[in-house]
Amino acid sequence: MSRIKNFDIISCIMVFSLMSIGLINIYSVTYFEGIDAFSLNNFFGKQLFFCIICILVFFVSIIPNIKIYFKYASLVYILMIFLLVLVLFFGNEINGSKSWFSIAGFSFQPSEFMKPITALSLAKFLSNVHSDIKKRSIQFYSFLIISVPLLLIIIQPDPGTSLIFLSFYLVLYIVGLPSIYMNIFVALISIFLLTILFGRDNILIIFCSIFFLIIVVGLYKGLSKSRFIYYAISSIIFILCVDFIFNKVFEQRHRDRFNIVLGLEKDNRGIGYNTNQSQLAFKSGGILGEGFLKGSQTKGDFIPEQHSDYIFATIGEEWGFIGSVLTILIFSLLLLRIIQRTSTQRNLFYKIYSYCVVTLLFFHFSINISMVIGIFPSVGIPLPFISYGGSSMLAFTILFAGYIKIDSNKKERW
Amino acid sequence: MRDKFLQIIIIFISSVLVIKLFSLQVINKKKSNIDNKASIQKIYNFPERGYIYDRNDNLIVSNEPYYDILIVPNDVKLSDSLNIAKDLNISVEDFNYKYSKALNFSTLKSSIFISSITKEEYAKIQEKMFRLSGFFVQKNSKRKYNYSTASNLLGYISEVNDYEIKTNKYYKSGEMIGRQGLEKTYELILRGKKGVNYFQKDKFNRIIGKYNDGIYDTLPQVSKKLKLTIDIDLQTYGDSLMQNKYGSIIAIEPKSGEILALVNSPGYDPNLLVGRDRSNIYKILNNDSIGKPLFERGLQGQYPPGSTFKIINALIGLQENVIQEKTLFKCNGGHFYAKNAFMKCHTNGETYSDLNKAIYTSCNTYFAKTYNEIIENYESPSVGLDKWKTYVNSFGFGNYLGYDHPTGKPGFIPQSEYYNRWYNNSWRAATTISNSIGQGEILATPIQLANFSAIIANRGWYIKPHFVKEIENDSIDNKYLIQNKTLINSEHFKPVIEGMVNVIEKGTASNSLVTNIKIAGKTGTAENFIKVNGEKKQLTDHSIFIGFAPVEDPKIAICVFIENGYWGSRWAAPISSLMIEKYLNKKVSREWLEKYISNGNLLDEYLKPYVSNNFSINE
Repeated sequence: MSRIKNFDIISCIMVFSLMSIGLINIYSVTYFEGIDAFSLNNFFGKQLFFCIICILVFFVSIIPNIKIYFKYASLVYILMIFLLVLVLFFGNEINGSKSWFSIAGFSFQPSEFMKPITALSLAKFLSNVHSDIKKRSIQFYSFLIISVPLLLIIIQPDPGTSLIFLSFYLVLYIVGLPSIYMNIFVALISIFLLTILFGRDNILIIFCSIFFLIIVVGLYKGLSKSRFIYYAISSIIFILCVDFIFNKVFEQRHRDRFNIVLGLEKDNRGIGYNTNQSQLAFKSGGILGEGFLKGSQTKGDFIPEQHSDYIFATIGEEWGFIGSVLTILIFSLLLLRIIQRTSTQRNLFYKIYSYCVVTLLFFHFSINISMVIGIFPSVGIPLPFISYGGSSMLAFTILFAGYIKIDSNKKERW
Repeated sequence: MRDKFLQIIIIFISSVLVIKLFSLQVINKKKSNIDNKASIQKIYNFPERGYIYDRNDNLIVSNEPYYDILIVPNDVKLSDSLNIAKDLNISVEDFNYKYSKALNFSTLKSSIFISSITKEEYAKIQEKMFRLSGFFVQKNSKRKYNYSTASNLLGYISEVNDYEIKTNKYYKSGEMIGRQGLEKTYELILRGKKGVNYFQKDKFNRIIGKYNDGIYDTLPQVSKKLKLTIDIDLQTYGDSLMQNKYGSIIAIEPKSGEILALVNSPGYDPNLLVGRDRSNIYKILNNDSIGKPLFERGLQGQYPPGSTFKIINALIGLQENVIQEKTLFKCNGGHFYAKNAFMKCHTNGETYSDLNKAIYTSCNTYFAKTYNEIIENYESPSVGLDKWKTYVNSFGFGNYLGYDHPTGKPGFIPQSEYYNRWYNNSWRAATTISNSIGQGEILATPIQLANFSAIIANRGWYIKPHFVKEIENDSIDNKYLIQNKTLINSEHFKPVIEGMVNVIEKGTASNSLVTNIKIAGKTGTAENFIKVNGEKKQLTDHSIFIGFAPVEDPKIAICVFIENGYWGSRWAAPISSLMIEKYLNKKVSREWLEKYISNGNLLDEYLKPYVSNNFSINE
């Protein structure tokens, strides 16, 4: 067992302060006169209970030897995949997605726990001496580890959580996946957004003229002709696919979310209601905020899911610019600190796992806040350690406990 | 390992988030304030509109409560609807209809179920309210007029219109504003200032408590009482005299310029323009094109002043020194003021009049000659006329008087330019000779004539007539305290007033003599014309009287104007004498005259031009 001084105490304090921020704001959201705040019948009481459980779980999870995690990672991964399949058949449907098991009054979301397990499995697979990410077969198996849970979660359907699983691809890139994958991915995302923004026909005209220009001017010299034509044709096909997927496969509510964020539509009462109300909360918060328990948007319960996914709106309204920036600061410092400490880590398993922790937290934090302040479509992603929710809180705690444990073993080689 | 890449992305995205938050919370902050947030409800607290009293502290205008019963459909026990309908004193069908209407509006928000029930009706329902869950009562207030008089003077209040909401930030849709009369002039005083309470709403629009413990709330500022210069007894007495006659009575206290009565006939009950039926009744009143009850004749009517205007020519003549008290002019039942142009006079045969006799016999010739002398005294008639005009203007003629009522007309006093244009620069005093006897181009409003009468009573000065004597905890406008001097020296008033006393004692208005009260006055009988279907037609003369009493220490100056009443002595003079007697003695000794005047009916006279093409006048 490692000694106390090896533990990353500062990161623990940061996480603890994030939990406290969450508790304070959940209290504010659910507070009204005469309420028994500590009762398990309301969100604050439950969240307090979860926090205590999480702290206990945290201490329990850092006791055993790290090798146990390594040993059972694959087994637990397969078990969890099994649960994800089961939930599709026996799960409870909440907010339109079948992703919950209800046991004895408490709901439990297997997809949340899939996150740390996937991180563990990916780290185990890639840290194998024979695993060279430059090899096609290794790339394929890595993609498989990530994509199986991702696809199972898409089927639920829970686009928010599956979006989070994309963060593992970023880890692959960091550990050395050839940059061509990243380039293609960025190119596809750009074309996707441009197509929605300007319309299929306009983008087709623009792309064709660019290709034509390149051919005529002869700027393709550096590029082999066949390869260039291959890129040109595939991007045009992709544009047509995007148009087809966006207009035929996507449901109206998905289209609406994109349209709202891209500014193609304005609808403050219907689909844009959340975004508009939470922006109003930020505006009314101003620099210093309206003060604890004084946010009028918060009190009026105008923002749906304000205790969970939209909790950041409460922070913005009651604690103002100062409060919201402080929250962002704690998050980014925590992430940068983990990266900092990981870069001196020599064990590949430890390293990859830590990067998974960073990218997972980063995706949650950046997508959630972007969504609340209205620069990303509304998807159901919690703000780590702050949003209400037992499953996610527990999953993040386990994820984080893994990092702390690994980090304390830095000196240890095996 | 590309861990630097990860660091850069984290720092970049965090910065983007902070920048977006900065633009939301620091730059755009102003766009969202307490007044336009969906989560905050403003509820206004209106102070009760100010009461209005007369000069003797009689309450004229107050407020009356009325009640609306509101419903929150969600809280109503429908199974009990039979009993509820019974308790509310309505039929079951009516209840069902109203309930479904309210339900259509909202199940959670309140809407009006029964509107405008009186205090008495409410009293019956009140004791049952406790068992009517889902219903509650909202108290409102409307204007109540204790006297059915002075409606145009007091004016009325009505809901603000879109333009007022746009231009004046104070008013919100549905609020009341003084629309006409003194309600309009003294809007700020009578209105007070509303207070506001901010409440926190939830997403169902229900109020869940005070916003921020009420730190932004303001208390209403109470309205102030108005004490008018009007003597409500004199005012209502004037109304009784003016029955079935169109015209106006204006009485002024000369020393202070306070208006004691402003009677407009035909009048209407001010309580008609209150509450829900206001706009319908307004339409009916507005459509009466013969009686024109909404037309405040005393302030807006522009009439030829007739012989009352002779007094001013006498005063100017004395001031300009073209006549003296003893100046004699010959009158031969009229005179030729130009070749082949004869002005008739009602004096008989060949008479010589001095100023005194000319006034009490109202000799046209005398004042025509005086006017002629005034104008011809200067190098050209233009200069003379303009000089004459500055004298007339100094009496408040030809312009708005500046009283505190929003309606009015300036009247008209011609200047040389007017005649230059009209007669192509070739005109003489004789061309404009009608000015001498208050006919021709001259137009004056009754309040100008009343003010003129006050000037004579004061021997040369006046305080602008006004309607408000005192404002609670405030002072009236300074312009109603200062004396305005005319261009006539006060000594010239003495011979004129002596003539005016004789008007009552042995002259044209000898039927209006009041024992114990020495009245000075002047009758007027003004020719007038209207256009019917493009044809100019002469109507029966207007009956006019100006006067004041007591002569030595004037307490009241008056102008009575009776449209188409013929001789000034027929209606206007006796009405004036009755008003003066009523005001000074508090009771009237000549009951037979009072009765005769009250019963006098001129309505047929007013219908003449509309009924037939050929009608006789001055009968």
